[in-house]
Amino acid sequence: MAQTTQLVLTKRFGKLDPVFDLTAYQGLEGYGGLAKAVQLDPVAIMADIAESKLLGRGGMAAPVGDKWQQVAKAKGDTKYIVCNANEGEPGTFKDKALLAQDPLAVIEGMTIAAWTLKAKQGYIYVQGRYPELVATIEAALQQARLAHYLGQEILGIPDFNFDIEVIAGGGAYVCGETSALLNALAGQPGRPDSKPTDPTQTGLFGAPTLINNVESFANIPVILRLGSGAFLALGTPEAGGTKLICLTGQIKHRGLFEVPLGLPLTDILNGAEYGGGALNGHQLKFVHFGGQAGAIAAAADLDELTYSYEALQVKNLTIGSGAIVVMDERTSIIDYLTSVAQFFMTESCGKCIACRLGTLRIYEMLQRFQQHAGVPGDLTYFEHMVDHVADQSICPVGQSIGNPIFSAMEQFPEEFKKTIDWQAQPKEEVPW
Amino acid sequence: MRSKQNKGDTLPNQYGRLVAPVSLEGEPEVLSRSEQTRNSRRFAVDLELSNHDVNCFECPKNGDCQLQSDAMAAGLFHTSFHGKRQPVGQIDHSNPFFDYDPAKCILCGRCSQVCHLRQGRNVLSLSGRGFATKMVAGYEGDFDSSMCESCGNCVSVCPTGALTAKVHQDYRKWETTQVKTTCPYCGTGCQINLVVKNRKIVDAEPANGVANKNLLCVKGKFASYKFVTSGERLKKPLIKRDGEFVPVSWSEAINYMAERFGTLKSQYGPDSLAGFACSRSTNEDNYVFQKMVRTAFGNNNVDNCARVCHAPSVHGLGITLGSGAMTNTIADITTDVDVILLIGSNTTEAHPVIGAQIRQAVQHGTKLIIIDPRNIDLVKNSTLHLQLKGGTNIALINAMMHVIIKEGLADEKFIAERTEGYEAMRDLVADYTPEKVAPICEVAPEDIVKAARMYALADKAPLIYCLGVTEHSFGTEGVMSMSNLAMLVGKVGRPGCGVNPLRGQNNVQGACDLGASPFDFPGYQKVGDPAVQAKFEAAWHTKLNDKIGLTETQALPAAQTGRIRGLYIFGEDPMATDPDTNDVRRDLENMDFLVVHDLFMTETAKYADVVLPGLSYAEKDGTFTNTERRVQRVRQAAKALGGVKVDYQVFSELATKMGYEMAYDSPSAIMDEIAQVVPSYGGINYERLEQNSGLQWPCRTLDDPGTPILHVDKFTRGKGLFKALPYQPPDELPDDQYPFLMATGRQLYQYNTRVMTDKTPGIDQLAGRSYIEMNTVDAQKMGIKDGDKVQVSSRRGTIQTYAAVADVVSVGSVFMTLHYHDGNANVLTNPHCDDIAIIPDYKVCAVKIEPVAAPVDSH
Repeated sequence: MAQTTQLVLTKRFGKLDPVFDLTAYQGLEGYGGLAKAVQLDPVAIMADIAESKLLGRGGMAAPVGDKWQQVAKAKGDTKYIVCNANEGEPGTFKDKALLAQDPLAVIEGMTIAAWTLKAKQGYIYVQGRYPELVATIEAALQQARLAHYLGQEILGIPDFNFDIEVIAGGGAYVCGETSALLNALAGQPGRPDSKPTDPTQTGLFGAPTLINNVESFANIPVILRLGSGAFLALGTPEAGGTKLICLTGQIKHRGLFEVPLGLPLTDILNGAEYGGGALNGHQLKFVHFGGQAGAIAAAADLDELTYSYEALQVKNLTIGSGAIVVMDERTSIIDYLTSVAQFFMTESCGKCIACRLGTLRIYEMLQRFQQHAGVPGDLTYFEHMVDHVADQSICPVGQSIGNPIFSAMEQFPEEFKKTIDWQAQPKEEVPW
Repeated sequence: MRSKQNKGDTLPNQYGRLVAPVSLEGEPEVLSRSEQTRNSRRFAVDLELSNHDVNCFECPKNGDCQLQSDAMAAGLFHTSFHGKRQPVGQIDHSNPFFDYDPAKCILCGRCSQVCHLRQGRNVLSLSGRGFATKMVAGYEGDFDSSMCESCGNCVSVCPTGALTAKVHQDYRKWETTQVKTTCPYCGTGCQINLVVKNRKIVDAEPANGVANKNLLCVKGKFASYKFVTSGERLKKPLIKRDGEFVPVSWSEAINYMAERFGTLKSQYGPDSLAGFACSRSTNEDNYVFQKMVRTAFGNNNVDNCARVCHAPSVHGLGITLGSGAMTNTIADITTDVDVILLIGSNTTEAHPVIGAQIRQAVQHGTKLIIIDPRNIDLVKNSTLHLQLKGGTNIALINAMMHVIIKEGLADEKFIAERTEGYEAMRDLVADYTPEKVAPICEVAPEDIVKAARMYALADKAPLIYCLGVTEHSFGTEGVMSMSNLAMLVGKVGRPGCGVNPLRGQNNVQGACDLGASPFDFPGYQKVGDPAVQAKFEAAWHTKLNDKIGLTETQALPAAQTGRIRGLYIFGEDPMATDPDTNDVRRDLENMDFLVVHDLFMTETAKYADVVLPGLSYAEKDGTFTNTERRVQRVRQAAKALGGVKVDYQVFSELATKMGYEMAYDSPSAIMDEIAQVVPSYGGINYERLEQNSGLQWPCRTLDDPGTPILHVDKFTRGKGLFKALPYQPPDELPDDQYPFLMATGRQLYQYNTRVMTDKTPGIDQLAGRSYIEMNTVDAQKMGIKDGDKVQVSSRRGTIQTYAAVADVVSVGSVFMTLHYHDGNANVLTNPHCDDIAIIPDYKVCAVKIEPVAAPVDSH
């Protein structure tokens, strides 16, 4: 990774051995953010974060500062800090990388949140299928406790008491959704609530709860250290900072990169220090942004685009988790979507009928298209089916299945039409 | 359906709808909002049908199925999908009462919600993800291997044929009608809809009663109707001739009884006759029965089985507060209260639907304190459990009061304004320090302090108790110590507080209310009080005996002294229920003339000279009064068994034959007479009961809405009375020869003598044999393993039963249920009685246990 940009999130990667070496962490500006925070009034800290325009890095892209202020304003003596580390979908691995390479940065970010919001207890919810990662976080927490960065009277400050527990979840994608995450943390089945509640007011065990993504928390010490102006300058006027991206698929350099928000997409895809372009002799065909729930764009349409929240929005695209899956002309869009649908089908929690059975029926329909066994009317039937599933699901898992599918249909209509035998007996009217 | 995408966000949230639908085959149709809604519903129904075993003809829920009606409303009867579906025919038949067919489950989650949130059991949940999501019991085994207690509330809420009662195979909804009535088991007073096909009851469903709010327990749901049509029912009057029962006509039986009772009455005087009324039967039957004894028999020797359960509550609370009944309502003491103090009540087994409501309260934040010698099921839900030694409850309550007074937590204002006798009580409990009492009760002194503080400091804290307090040789004192404690902290006459005895039988409250007691005329109007005497003589147009009568527990032994010669037992089985069975047998054998009037040929009936068939609750109209003083209707659901006379008519005809003319047109007419003579029932009639969900007495006038909470501004007796109650050890304590302290009690599946429950085969499958609970430590010492056959003896007799080894009882204590004829605990129990309420000490007697050598019964 020979990068020319200023690295703020990955700068300690590879320089800590072991990764939870707290002295080495301190030597590389670790805990500088917390040191600064405890000199500041909570209101000032929140103002800093708001001015930095840090947007939630889990995919929702909600302003982090707003969330902190809502929790700060919420009534209640008990407040919780929750780190959403339930990353676990094809093409996204930046939270795991952060926790595996620089866990103390995340812990420091959570500790600053605890200082600001007067919380006593934090939780890191991580998928239990990564036992080594769980062990690394545990070790880092232990180092922080030994150095009095966690526990009672942190930094010798009376009443600054905070500790963090790691909760190893069962590995369900849906537990990244806030209500499902909170249910799972509370020992309930990890399924979303039918009625949305605002976790900043009524979160874990009914108390006001700050839930931020791993990468969001890792950015907090950076903001305090650099100041909100410098942080904002790393990105665009609309959204500050850098972004971790996960570049995968049919491209030369695959892996994790830290990029400044606002970088031209062509640099990311073709630049030598990032993607390095298509594999030899091939041509990029499409790019799937933001994770499985994101939308798909034709590679040819991306030449003028920069990698920023606001630029992608114009094209109905998202930064999401930072996943960027790149495919070349050898990959059929139908085949690609079939595996995306399989993901949704597998990860549906089963609560809503539309998602539980609808994602299965979508997958089955795509399999039929793969075999070119469609008949006239099937594309309308399929479109309605996807629309109903997105419409009748209560949580983002089912709601977002239309994003990859409809964007692909928009970009590559001919590929869909080719799956239909137009001479066959047309399907009866779509019943719904 | 074409819906809008996300709009209005400043920046895009990919976890939502970013991209609008894309039509590749022509222009999309533009649909109205109602068409969109219709299509959404059709899509959902189509998906459900695509994974449902659509086999409506065979399905018990045909005609009563949510999916079927949704499909009909959507106009969609076949799925348009052809993909994967779950396998059919994998039905779990393992529960004795209901079947589970996953292929008919729509995963609506109602079953798991009722299990978690209403029943508080957490047995059912949705396991797995996506297509593999499945409703499972426990850890994905069959129902039988889970902790399911078969309450059946999941079956009641299931909208499809996934969870269906086994009996439902035999009927379809459209063939049936429903009759709302009151459950015939415990005193909770659950409302129940009996499902009737061709005038026969085929099933039972919960109704939305005030006391049960759509819940039922395993007995109400599955065991409340089969006994009605049991082939073992008595069908004709029987007279014993030469040791054999011979069927006779009703007129012959009534003539014979009148003649025999009449002869005894003239030969030995009216006081030689007695009658036991039936706390399972209606208020109307009980009223007429006691009237028959008081007029035709000419004495007050009438009692009911409250004598062996809650008579101390009637006496004790009558003495201290003025009303011997639950002060508050079930809903009131289980909704939005801070602390529940539960003493000597295994609520989840004896009053299961109240137990479920206590668990709901705990789920909503109520702290539960349990004082009980056993590690009962609710301990899991409790904040504090004082596992006291059996029979030491008065010492414990005195110590709690000591702490409350010492720490200044007593409600001085309440005590000064509303009570009397406080000083004597205060002076007595001054000696009862937690340190002194702890070794007596075998609990930690700090737990006594903790319990006292929690109870005293809570704003709303009901005290709930049951037979652990009453069934002692000092039962009445135990009850009065309950009112002491509640009055000390001013927790009487307020919502969410009170002193709340849970009455055992469906109508034991009513039987007591309506004068089935040797001390009281109906409405607790005292025998011997000249004004009362005059009132009833005027109302009944006859001279009445002013001598207090004998209790059940006195009348039976009086047979051996010749003081009682003739006895009419209506719906009781003292051979099974009264202590020291061997002695009860001698009592019955010594009775000159015994009539037993019952549904079945009970153990007691075998000793009778005349056996009369009775009608069950489902074959008659009437009312029951539940534990919260709520008078509720009982409605005839099934055709009465051919040839069986209505019970109150039998009493009327016998009284008439014996010279006191009595006749009633209907139960409603009887209630009208009750309203005339019982002030607290003065405003109750059938018309009002139809319109209301029952009426709680006191309900004095026709515009009186009833009284949910007693003693609000003043106690029924005027001032609340404190009693100084010294602790005295129980009558019979363990010694070297009989080293174990034995208590008896109830369990969930069986009801009392099992005469009703054992007609439902599934009940015996779950709880078919007697057992004795022992502590693991004791069992290991004696080489006894769980399930081993053991011999249990007391000074009164010996039985054999099976060991149930666990940590439910503490070391040195054992426990048996009272239900079983085979392994009858009452062979062992001590007939020594409390001297106020004359209740036997079922909760403490001394026994010894010996292993029984092989061959072991493989039962």
